[in-house]
Amino acid sequence: MSIFIGLLILCLFLCLYRVGKGPTAPDRTVAIDIVGTLVVGFCAIYSIITKKDLYMNIGLSWALLSFIGTLALAKYLEGRGFDE
Amino acid sequence: MKRFLHFLILLGIWLALTWSLQWQEVLAGVIVALLADLLLGDIFPIGSVKVFYPIRFFWMCVYTVVFIWYVIKANFDVAYRVLNINMPIRPGIVKVRTRLKTDMARTFLANSITLTPGTLTVDMTGDHLYIHWINISSEDPEKETELIVGHFENLLERVFE
Amino acid sequence: MNETIGMTLLVVGITFDIVGCIGLVRLPDIYNRLQAATKCVTLGTALILLSVVFYTGFNAIGVKALLCIWFVLMTAPTGAHAIARAAHRSGIRLWDDSVMDKYKDDSEGSEDN
Repeated sequence: MSIFIGLLILCLFLCLYRVGKGPTAPDRTVAIDIVGTLVVGFCAIYSIITKKDLYMNIGLSWALLSFIGTLALAKYLEGRGFDE
Repeated sequence: MKRFLHFLILLGIWLALTWSLQWQEVLAGVIVALLADLLLGDIFPIGSVKVFYPIRFFWMCVYTVVFIWYVIKANFDVAYRVLNINMPIRPGIVKVRTRLKTDMARTFLANSITLTPGTLTVDMTGDHLYIHWINISSEDPEKETELIVGHFENLLERVFE
Repeated sequence: MNETIGMTLLVVGITFDIVGCIGLVRLPDIYNRLQAATKCVTLGTALILLSVVFYTGFNAIGVKALLCIWFVLMTAPTGAHAIARAAHRSGIRLWDDSVMDKYKDDSEGSEDN
């Protein structure tokens, strides 16, 4: 199992490279969104290892919260209010 | 009636999340589902309840199978383009018309297009969808897009309209 | 038996995750990056969550994993759609070798839209 965690951390570093390099702000936003989805994968693997549903709860709430964060960032980039 | 169906859906989700039938848990679920239904029931999308008619539910299952098949195909397509050294991509944005009317059906259509091979919904104004293609291969991309959109439209029309 | 299926799903899912992240680094502009990243990482994470169902069985963890698959499949395309629209409206052009951009042609006529 630990090799899968290692591979996911490799994915995280690829995303962080795009966060650091990304020439424009939406590039960074995409990378942050992908990091949010990868964290759900981390939680799933931890719940396989420990057999506790605690990690799955974290994954569920993380999926929803990172979605709301992405929407807020997208609206901010669009340069208009939240009323739409 | 509509409110009662919402209440049942919410209570079902609560019971699936807690996964125990102790009376305290069920009581808390009933109270929370009732509150959420009374406060937010008006902004709940109307079309979602229609899915539970038997015929629509059958078409929903057909749609799910087709959708999963397209998603798997899309992933192998993207993997081929990303891992190829020459990166065979010819991106562009095309415009296509949809004949679906309800919001729920349009949401599902846009999400399905995003997860199918080589396409991404960028915006929707009125009846028109703007779709980003990763690889415009044919001479007439609009026609090709209409094929994909029409395929999902036929299924979604049976589910939601 | 269930462990074998779960392990296979886990390996395939993580392979797709890695392919998606490589696409995020390699592809030339934001729209193509969104395509690769959204599709591959969404399916990869969904497969990892499905492998949780096979490993632990149909109990509290498995049901939560199934709900989580549903959330991820619903929210990821919507987020991608929001970012793509925001990028286009904030003035980011397509890659230089792109073939056509109907959206730009249409929106230049009515800037207040």
